[in-house]
Amino acid sequence: METLLSLTVGVLVAAAVYLMLQRDLLRFLFGLTLISNAANLLIFTSGQLTSGRPPLVPQGAKAPLPGVANALPQALVLTAVVIGFGLFAFSLVLTLRAYTDLGTLKTDDMRVAEPREEEQDA
Amino acid sequence: MKSIILTTGTRIIVSLLLVFSVYMLLRGHNEPGGGFIGGLIGASGFVLYAIANGTSEARRALRAAPEQIAAVGLGVAAISGLIPGLFGNAAYTGKWLFLGATPDSKGFPISNIIAFDIGVYLVVLGAILTLVFALEEEI
Amino acid sequence: MAEHDPNPSQGWTAAGYVPPVIAAGLFLTFLQALPTIAGGGTLRYSFSWIPSLSVDLSFFVDGLSLTFALLISGIGVMVMLFSGSYLKGHPQHGRFSLYLVSFMLAMLGLVLSDNMLGLFVFWELTTITSYLLIGFSHTSENSRRSALQALFVTGFGGLAMLAGFLIIAGIAGTMELSELRGMGDILRDNSMYGAILVLILLGAFTKSAQVPFHFWLPNAMAAPTPVSAYLHSATMVKGGVYLLARMHPTLSGTDAWLWSLTIFGAVTAVFASIMAIKQTDLKQTLAYTTLMALGTLVMFLASPNAYAITAVATFLVVHSLYKAALFLVIGCVDHATGTRDARRLGGLMRQMPVTTVAAGLAALSMAGVPPFIGFIGKELLYKGGLESPSVGPILIGATLAASALMFAAGGIVALRPFWGSADKMPDPGRPITEAPWPMLVGPVLLSVLGLLFGLVPHMLEVNVTTPLVAALLGDPAKAKHLHLWAGVNAALILSLITFAIGILLYLLHTRLRDALEAAGDRLFTFDGLWDGFLARLGRFARWQGGLIQSGILNRYLTTVFIVIALGLASAMIHTRMSTGPIAIPTPEFKHLVVFLLTFAGTALTIITNSRISAIAGLGVVGIGVALIFILFSAPDVAITQLLVEMLVVVLFSVAALRLPVLPRRTGKRERIGHGIIAVSVGSLVTLTLLGVVSEPIDRRLSDFFEIASYPDAYGRNIVNVILVDFRAFDTFGEVSVVAVAALAALALLRQRGKGGRS
Repeated sequence: METLLSLTVGVLVAAAVYLMLQRDLLRFLFGLTLISNAANLLIFTSGQLTSGRPPLVPQGAKAPLPGVANALPQALVLTAVVIGFGLFAFSLVLTLRAYTDLGTLKTDDMRVAEPREEEQDA
Repeated sequence: MKSIILTTGTRIIVSLLLVFSVYMLLRGHNEPGGGFIGGLIGASGFVLYAIANGTSEARRALRAAPEQIAAVGLGVAAISGLIPGLFGNAAYTGKWLFLGATPDSKGFPISNIIAFDIGVYLVVLGAILTLVFALEEEI
Repeated sequence: MAEHDPNPSQGWTAAGYVPPVIAAGLFLTFLQALPTIAGGGTLRYSFSWIPSLSVDLSFFVDGLSLTFALLISGIGVMVMLFSGSYLKGHPQHGRFSLYLVSFMLAMLGLVLSDNMLGLFVFWELTTITSYLLIGFSHTSENSRRSALQALFVTGFGGLAMLAGFLIIAGIAGTMELSELRGMGDILRDNSMYGAILVLILLGAFTKSAQVPFHFWLPNAMAAPTPVSAYLHSATMVKGGVYLLARMHPTLSGTDAWLWSLTIFGAVTAVFASIMAIKQTDLKQTLAYTTLMALGTLVMFLASPNAYAITAVATFLVVHSLYKAALFLVIGCVDHATGTRDARRLGGLMRQMPVTTVAAGLAALSMAGVPPFIGFIGKELLYKGGLESPSVGPILIGATLAASALMFAAGGIVALRPFWGSADKMPDPGRPITEAPWPMLVGPVLLSVLGLLFGLVPHMLEVNVTTPLVAALLGDPAKAKHLHLWAGVNAALILSLITFAIGILLYLLHTRLRDALEAAGDRLFTFDGLWDGFLARLGRFARWQGGLIQSGILNRYLTTVFIVIALGLASAMIHTRMSTGPIAIPTPEFKHLVVFLLTFAGTALTIITNSRISAIAGLGVVGIGVALIFILFSAPDVAITQLLVEMLVVVLFSVAALRLPVLPRRTGKRERIGHGIIAVSVGSLVTLTLLGVVSEPIDRRLSDFFEIASYPDAYGRNIVNVILVDFRAFDTFGEVSVVAVAALAALALLRQRGKGGRS
């Protein structure tokens, strides 16, 4: 199963990279969302996969049954999902703000901080 | 987009979602759930409400400003982490009190850990609603 | 210069009296250690600082460090008393006092540190405080430039010194200077000795302003006069001399050491002699005589000869005493008359008798006239030169030039302003009077000490020079005696020649000055070289900035992704990572559905030109990922992922109302290039992940959480227990991030109408 998941992670990363290179801020955001998902899946996969045994301690027992899923990557991924959402939301607002101020989402035209050489001299 | 059906429907659904979110929060220590999930569910309820009735209605229903909720949540989480310091433990040590514990039943548990999870719940709820309301009002 | 309130009735503020009190306290403390050190003992204090790197904050007191500590704190008292008056009423007096005290503490740390890293830290602290003090009049462009120049030059030297220290520590296995003393042979025989020497000398020569790194020191005279007296003549610039003295037992004794110190020291001394004549500003004259003294000290540290080292010990103290006194005298004169121009000052004897006496005493010591201590210092220098083999003639020649010039400079600084004609005196607009007593205490006391030590040299010998020589040569018996009269010998004859040349120089100095002035305009200056260097550096930075910082996001991203791909690939090759046999499973139907769903969503997002379709595609991917979490026993994560995915879609849809439609995709050729990068990064990630999962996993942490979750933390949901109990502090950090992201977004949205279209 790991093989298929590794492949999925690779596909998501490739798609994200492709989208981020598109010179358009909205597509960049799509790429960002995809790469967050890919990163979460990557952590999750590298912590071993287990089918049908969630990491819970059954009623009356002191420890979980042997062979339950690895709880640590799950905890990491859970917070990463929420933080990823925070990052996404902030980036989205930033994009919106940039569009209202600059009137474009083309990254090549967004040169307020680093203007072109001739504009710098002028 | 005002629709009577949606408006009336959401009232019931939102109340259900809120109750459910608290339920998810409190059962989180033993079953799937917890502050993050509870907060997300609660936020979804209000987002739905805002879509159906507008953000000003949703803000009124929420009563407190969402950014204040987030700040209070952060404070609750911080204080619950510092409480063990009063007992001479390191910060964020779990402290438990079982009210009315008998040899058969462990009684009603009170803990700074639960308070911490409530803090997380409030932060997630407040932060998401801050974002969504502000974004909707901007449009 | 004197932009302060001259009204003496104004009371002293804390900024005025606290620094001298601190300095006096320290001075008395160090004085208490004197009997121990003079008796041949040493003291060491150590505190654990960074135990993980085995770095201790350790202090070591021997003859060398105690001499420096006494000079720093003792002259500190005088200078701080002086500046309390000099800067009284200045709006930034408090700031000045803070800098000055910080400098004093840093300088004391420098000379007392036993750990080389500690020494480095204090060394750079003196550089920084010096920067702040030179640039104290920060409204003047000249001050700012001089401050920055000093910072760059000495800061660069400090970094070189750190590299040298690290090599030494690597070879010797210790950071403690007191332990290095016995390891000279190990270091000298090591193949890295040359590198160590160059790096340490870079540190010492920049700090002590040896040619060709000397140019910052005359510029540093832009600082207020007490700063020049304290940092740039008596203490900080001697830091390099201190370093060389400290390293003397460990690094000296080779030809490389002997010749590099001799040549650099001699060139500096002679060069400074010529430059000193050229100056008209009295402060500049003194600055160049300081350079000359530094060159002399460096030059005599070259030789292992006991006379030379005793001469260094004596001259070090002598110079600090008279030079600080003279700077403070210039400060008094400047304070009273408003000028420091040698061509205009004259006839101040009547109005400023006390200052005149102090100036005269200090200048006589500088000129090396008996019975002042300066005479004994000069005799020892000649004796050291005569006793040193091979480099002896260079030492004697340079000392002769420097001493004759100091004689002349003494006249220029102390004779003419007080005795000369007052015809050209500018009118300061108020009666010229003696400076207030706190400003006079320093010059008077320091110059009287120069006479006292000359009359009773035994006092200095027992307490200072002998312990200092013992610290360098390891044996107090090697220290030479300090005599006023040693009979008629070669040194005495050299002294007489010195006086003769000195008198000649003084008489001719105005003519020499004009000649040098005329010649100097045609010569290049180091200052000019420095400016050229900075300008070229700026141009280079601009050129490479344009190259690397193109301002085009796409180029940055391309670079980042290519680096990631190369990094992953090289890591794989380097570790010979293998993925193991890749099992091609026969996937279950439900798995296949989930993956196909995810792939389909991804494809849709890439291909479409419609915002809504892309958002829908993203939603599909998110749900696919959530389903994967469900399939592999992660209910908490799956629920979170589903809820978040829903919110992402909602936010995107809301924002899409305001955002423009997606542009057409870029040209075909560019898309192929992007595709190649994307596919290589993606496949490398896949390969890496395959390699990772083929390795056995370390489950120690997970096992602990599983066992401890219920008995210790009373929770049955292990994921939640990890989040809110075991790793609650991390979670706290994470929710803070979420809250801050929301607040920042709120601020962005609420901030309206700053330019642009809104």
